[in-house]
Amino acid sequence: MAERPIAANLFEENGTGVRLIGGRRKSDGKIVFPLPTGVEGTQYEPVSLASEGTLWSHTVQRFRPKSPPYAGADDERTFKPFALGYVELPGQVIVETRIDVDDPSRLKVGMKMKAGTQTFAKEGEPVLTYVFRPAA
Amino acid sequence: MSEVHIVGAGIHPFGRHDDKTGLDQGVFAVRQALADAGVAWKDMQFAFGGSSAAGNADAMLPHMGLTGVQFINVSNGCATGGSALLSGYWAIKSGEFDIGVVTGFDKHPRGAFNPDPEAWGLPKWYGETGMMLTTQFFAMKITRYMGLHGITPMTLARVAEKAFENGARAPHSWRKQPVDAETILRSQMVSDPLTKFMFCSPAEGGAALVLVSDKKMRELGLTGPRILGAAVRTRVNGSFEVFAPSLDVERGPSPTQIASKAAYAMAGIEPNDIDVAQIQDTESGAEIMHMSENGFCADGEQEKLISEGATQIGGKLPINTDGGCLACGEPIGASGLRQVYENVQQLRRRATGRQVEGAKIGYSQVYGAPGLSAVAILGA
Repeated sequence: MAERPIAANLFEENGTGVRLIGGRRKSDGKIVFPLPTGVEGTQYEPVSLASEGTLWSHTVQRFRPKSPPYAGADDERTFKPFALGYVELPGQVIVETRIDVDDPSRLKVGMKMKAGTQTFAKEGEPVLTYVFRPAA
Repeated sequence: MSEVHIVGAGIHPFGRHDDKTGLDQGVFAVRQALADAGVAWKDMQFAFGGSSAAGNADAMLPHMGLTGVQFINVSNGCATGGSALLSGYWAIKSGEFDIGVVTGFDKHPRGAFNPDPEAWGLPKWYGETGMMLTTQFFAMKITRYMGLHGITPMTLARVAEKAFENGARAPHSWRKQPVDAETILRSQMVSDPLTKFMFCSPAEGGAALVLVSDKKMRELGLTGPRILGAAVRTRVNGSFEVFAPSLDVERGPSPTQIASKAAYAMAGIEPNDIDVAQIQDTESGAEIMHMSENGFCADGEQEKLISEGATQIGGKLPINTDGGCLACGEPIGASGLRQVYENVQQLRRRATGRQVEGAKIGYSQVYGAPGLSAVAILGA
């Protein structure tokens, strides 16, 4: 548990579990993820997103993405396909996420998902990133 | 206001051409379009042209002739060709000009694109963790659609099977080899549920059209399809597009839905008036979803329509009669104009080997990043 998060202000972990940090637009309350930074960031305030939601869509990344931008420590031979998708956090926003699941064929649109963290073997140093997992 | 007609159409075959630049292929297409109409470059009062990755289109001027013609470079992502057409259409419709050319060409490196997160205004971690791939977007859009509307993987395979069948009959296509649905289904999985044969590839090619006013057409003694309606639209809130770390909970229409509605309204026709359609098929699922987004059927009806062969040549609504992007590949700047080229051939009854009998109204729609769609409707 020495790993640092892959980016600041991306997610938080406390007694109630892992929550992503989104941005709520001050003018109309619209929620986005991640929290915008820079000039645009001044129009948003941080908001703690729901830790559970439903699977909106999903796929499996079967080949190693091109580097850059991909920064996995793996190579063409050692790359392991991973699932990813969108999770709808009710009344808030639909977020894109890597999905931690042993058998991607289990994934079904509408199933309950829960936020968590996972080590991402980034080139240079392993870091902590957010994931969603099927709830139960 | 003038009516606008297409009296000449040219195309450089799509595919891989190691000995030619993208520009060479654009010049080839323009020369062919001029010859098709029997007009000369010096007669052109305007040109609109674009490429995404093969340089400035106006670099063709020294090749075509330094006539002083107004040449405007168009750059509008995947709708570059469609936008060049729209610009030429307006130039004539406004009454300002009587004759001109629109063109698009491209040449891309092999394999998937590798975008820079910062250029897209996205955080680095998004690309670093492997979530910035267009293939994933297409896979997730069709996965949700299949779940909600009962589309099966076999239907995805049938779309690709038809594309390769039609491509084998079109002189300008890249893929000439028919591939059966079982082979397509069993080929390497790229991003579930889409296999290798269900995706189009970046490619090379060029296309060009000669546009004239109705007055000029009579004067020259020419004929050609009329542009009944043309529209480009960009994304609105709630539209699902590439490279989106989050989406609005409140969903909205796609840019294709709104461009399509606008073009039908301009043309004063309904989707069931269309005889032949060329619609964006970046992958098999896109063709299925675009059938509905362009108004040709309700969500979910594709399953039955495609299994009955409705979208094949000879079916109720033939779609992508030259094999579309799946069989032609996707040179971004040229792709939208290829669709219009194919409709011109269909409406002029020149689509040898793939002719849709009695085709009077042709529809084309190109869609792409970062969320825009261009529609053109032609009448024979």
